[in-house]
Amino acid sequence: MNMAGGTVVIKSNIKLVTGRLIEQGVLLEDKMSEAYRDVVAVCEMNGKDMNEYNVKSNVRVKSEFGEVVVKAKRNDENPPSMVFIPMGPWANAVIGPNTGGCGMPQFKGIDVEVKATKDKVLIVEDLMKTYMGGVD
Amino acid sequence: MNPDSTIVTDVVCPLCGSLCDDITVRIENGKIVEVRDACDMGESKILGHDRIKSPMIREKGELKEVSYEKAVKKSAEILAKSKRPLLYGWSSTTCEAHEKGIKLAAEVGGIVDNTATVCHGPSVIAIQTVGLPSCTLGQIKNRADLIVYWGSNQSQAHPRHMSRYSSFIRGFFREEGRKAKYVVVIDVRDTTTTNVADEFIKVEPGHDYKLLSALRAVLADKADVLPDDVGGVPKDAIMNLAERMKKAEFGVIFFGMGLTQSRSRYNNVVNAIALTRELNQFTKFVIMPMRGHYNVTGFGQVLTWETGYPYAVDLSRGYAWYNPGETTSTDVLNRGECDSALIIASDPGAHFPGKSLKHLSKIPVIQVDPYHNPTTEFADVVIPSAVAGIEAEGCAYRMDNVPIMVRKLIDSEYKSDEEIIDDVLNKVMEIRGGK
Amino acid sequence: MADMIIKNGTVYDPLNNIPGEKKDICIKDGKVTDKIKEKDATVIDAKGKTVMPGGVEIHAHIAGAKVNAGRLMRPEDAWMGKVPKGKLTRAESGSSIFNVYATGYKYARMGYTTLFEAAVPPLLARHTHEELEEIPIADKGAYVLMDNNWLGMEYIKNGEIDKLAALSAWFLKATKCMVLKFVNPGGNEAWGWGKNLIEVNEHTPHFEVTPAEILNAFAEVNERLGLPHSIHVHCNNLGHPGNVGTTIDTFNAVKDIKPGRSDRKAILHATHAQFHAYGGSNWKDVESESKVIVDYINSNDHVTIDMGQLMFGDTTTMTADGAMEYDLHKLSRRKWINCDVELETGSGIIPVRYSPKVAVNTVQWAIGLELALLIKDKTKIALTTDHPNAAPFTKYPEIIALLMSSTMRDGMMKGVHESIKRTLLPSECAGIELTLEDIAKITRGTQAKLLNFVELGKGHLAPGADGDVAVYDIDPDKLDGSRNPDQIINAFRKAIYTIKGGEIVVKDGEVVATPMGRTFIANPEIDESLNKAMLEDLTEKFVHYYSVNMANYPVQSRYLRNPFEIPLKPSKEVA
Repeated sequence: MNMAGGTVVIKSNIKLVTGRLIEQGVLLEDKMSEAYRDVVAVCEMNGKDMNEYNVKSNVRVKSEFGEVVVKAKRNDENPPSMVFIPMGPWANAVIGPNTGGCGMPQFKGIDVEVKATKDKVLIVEDLMKTYMGGVD
Repeated sequence: MNPDSTIVTDVVCPLCGSLCDDITVRIENGKIVEVRDACDMGESKILGHDRIKSPMIREKGELKEVSYEKAVKKSAEILAKSKRPLLYGWSSTTCEAHEKGIKLAAEVGGIVDNTATVCHGPSVIAIQTVGLPSCTLGQIKNRADLIVYWGSNQSQAHPRHMSRYSSFIRGFFREEGRKAKYVVVIDVRDTTTTNVADEFIKVEPGHDYKLLSALRAVLADKADVLPDDVGGVPKDAIMNLAERMKKAEFGVIFFGMGLTQSRSRYNNVVNAIALTRELNQFTKFVIMPMRGHYNVTGFGQVLTWETGYPYAVDLSRGYAWYNPGETTSTDVLNRGECDSALIIASDPGAHFPGKSLKHLSKIPVIQVDPYHNPTTEFADVVIPSAVAGIEAEGCAYRMDNVPIMVRKLIDSEYKSDEEIIDDVLNKVMEIRGGK
Repeated sequence: MADMIIKNGTVYDPLNNIPGEKKDICIKDGKVTDKIKEKDATVIDAKGKTVMPGGVEIHAHIAGAKVNAGRLMRPEDAWMGKVPKGKLTRAESGSSIFNVYATGYKYARMGYTTLFEAAVPPLLARHTHEELEEIPIADKGAYVLMDNNWLGMEYIKNGEIDKLAALSAWFLKATKCMVLKFVNPGGNEAWGWGKNLIEVNEHTPHFEVTPAEILNAFAEVNERLGLPHSIHVHCNNLGHPGNVGTTIDTFNAVKDIKPGRSDRKAILHATHAQFHAYGGSNWKDVESESKVIVDYINSNDHVTIDMGQLMFGDTTTMTADGAMEYDLHKLSRRKWINCDVELETGSGIIPVRYSPKVAVNTVQWAIGLELALLIKDKTKIALTTDHPNAAPFTKYPEIIALLMSSTMRDGMMKGVHESIKRTLLPSECAGIELTLEDIAKITRGTQAKLLNFVELGKGHLAPGADGDVAVYDIDPDKLDGSRNPDQIINAFRKAIYTIKGGEIVVKDGEVVATPMGRTFIANPEIDESLNKAMLEDLTEKFVHYYSVNMANYPVQSRYLRNPFEIPLKPSKEVA
């Protein structure tokens, strides 16, 4: 995983958007639950994109800032070439840390690659461990 | 009915920035057993769920239960020893806790910041650039006939907002409720909010700024310079919307993180506010940020009256220093600058970028929260607190800056955030005084 | 607390007819007393110094929603006024809008010990009190805005004055305020639709009442309730050329109302009169019509005023008069905050820089001084800047010097716009200089009198008064104020001693103690059946039109640490 960013070049026209979901809000203060993972460790995609990338269940989403495995979920109201991950720990593995001098990281409109994977979705504890130790 | 059953009405919901104050709860044997009229998010929070049971301190990688006094002492030692502590969070607790927290930050010369930093911080920067023509929510309820939600997914993020304050509610001059209003949603994708709109304008991601500029150009009689399509929106749709805005009796733009977090960030908000200002040449028009946490607004208020600035305040110089981009939490963490952190009433573990969390994992972290969450994984000291708004009372500010007192409904075995911070502060002063 | 004696100072206590006498002031248990045992007392040597009662602020915007919105909008203002924390003091910020600590400290350094916040939108009253509770040292109180209250306007339209009295009492209690305040009556409701009212006989949309009707009805209610102060009014048409006619019409609108209590003649206090005394027809030919106001005040007892003195420099304007702030925004295009408050009032904020090179600013600067110089009875006019609108309150020392020194005025007039010729400052005001006794009136005595706080121990130093005292470094025997305005400025900027409730809070201009003061509130009593009838109407408003439930509306008692209920003198009609 590349945490510093900048060295990985994403050759893809897919944009990642993150944001709120009511189910995510319901579980806002119950984040260690499986239910939370089921709702938040999810990548909403248009059916066309799912076909194009041959996505069945899990996807690996990769940006220049990092990568994460989440469950794919079909949502045709999402336009093609745009994927949505609810705000939360999994989305944060790939969003951009650069605040452009205004304090706000890049939560929306990140260039990402999406690939089908058989890897599992990490539970929160294990996801957090990926940030511990090592160098920046 | 159970004789111990008590009904409490007019309960204030401590979840989102709508701060609904019309909830009814039933309490039996000191527990809330039923919640009426809240949305799913509010109901879930008010009914309650798993809690951190005991204060804890991390030893050899594992959190071990300790006494409250020991956890407070350890927290105070960490803060008193730090050169540059970060005191972050605050948005899900009361203004009384905020006041204590700012006093603590002043005492230890820390940086104090809240969740606005990753939410409507850019809106604050925009207000500091161009101002904000706005109003209270009742004004919108009674008068608005044109409602625009821009980059804001009301039905998911603020589920009762539309039925209490905006689209659906009947008002004094809008007796017909929804029928008396025209509702426009501008977003990058179809959402459950667009489903209840009269018109959905789909803008390409990162093109909001252009679209706002196009509307301003139409208002300034410069429509001829527009291309046929701006950010994926046909010129006709832009012309129609501009006309509709001018002809409204009372228009409002509610905006969310679709503006603050996408490309151009605060400049999107500057442009949206400038558009609103210019619309006042034609009619009455207001704009309002959709604030997330129930008291994110309150922290901004308290920090402003205490220090002069609404978020990201560095108190290490003895006077307040405010410079978003420098003193904002993710920047401070990304630069690896702070040497300890107190995290209260929020969860950066779940909401900060990975790079920020890497630094958080390296420094002593004190967490004050009722719930186990991703931040707990980084915490070296954990102090469980009473849930503000359910187990502790205090002041909160709604998204339109209306202050409402949240209630204490049931007793708790835990201390309130206000009390915990006060205990830590007193201990810090004791340690520093003893030097 | 030890007893205290302030010895050998020259005492100015105009409300007790002490126009500068060598006299000792004794304080016991926080109150002024005849004499004390000197050997147990703290002795302050005030020989060659000026001693006055603690200053009283009758009209300033120091706490609450729009003050804080102004701070939020202007980080540059905060930065310019930064002062690091001290051993005892918290960090200060602000150069026109101060943080809560700076507000308390700066007033105390100038010898002020009692402050009134002049505009509380009822729905946001909780916010005002949260800030007032954080302002150290001074005693405080606040005025509730009733100018565009929907139910109030309906009662006025229907002639239901009894219910209007009950409604006013309810809002005073719910907001924990003590004065009924009116800003642009009727006009703010019109501004809810982007419109405004200019004349006192125009009708506000839908509610169909006029500013004159609103003020007349509430003035009657104010007297029935026996509130200490008269109604406190920001007239319609503020800041516009030619507005003096509206101002006089406003004064005449309450002329038929009789005072409800014998200790006050005024029915209406017109605040920041400077902003309401303009002639001319546009920004180019605007001229001073202060003479019209002066003549009216000199020949009528039912109106009092404060100055609203404008000073050149950078400041922030903030008012419940949202329409006026939008007008200013259209002129300057600077950043603009507006906040209309449902069913009640409005507000707006904009930064401003007043320049002596600008015709209208020059005229405005002159008018405030003219009012203070030309009104004969100095207990009818109070010194204010409508902080921070016409200037921050920290400019008071300079204003005092301008009033005491015609030399200083002459000097300044050389550097201003030629529009100064359209004022009375170079002509009728030439050579007029106020005395220290006059200053003691317009900075404390007058305020206490107009607010009827004399019996409550403010603004004077007779036995029984609060032990609030300011000692200034002026030897009246040696002072030539006309030639030494700097000495006046320095003295009033930093009191040698400020004593609050018998405790030394400022010494040599530095804060040495930060006790918390009281908050004054009014709790008028209303006949139970009348109250019940009113509450039925008000409940309807909450159920259908407010965005907050009625049960969550009144400010809870926990918001006031140290409330003090002021006695009222209701007339028989409601008792």
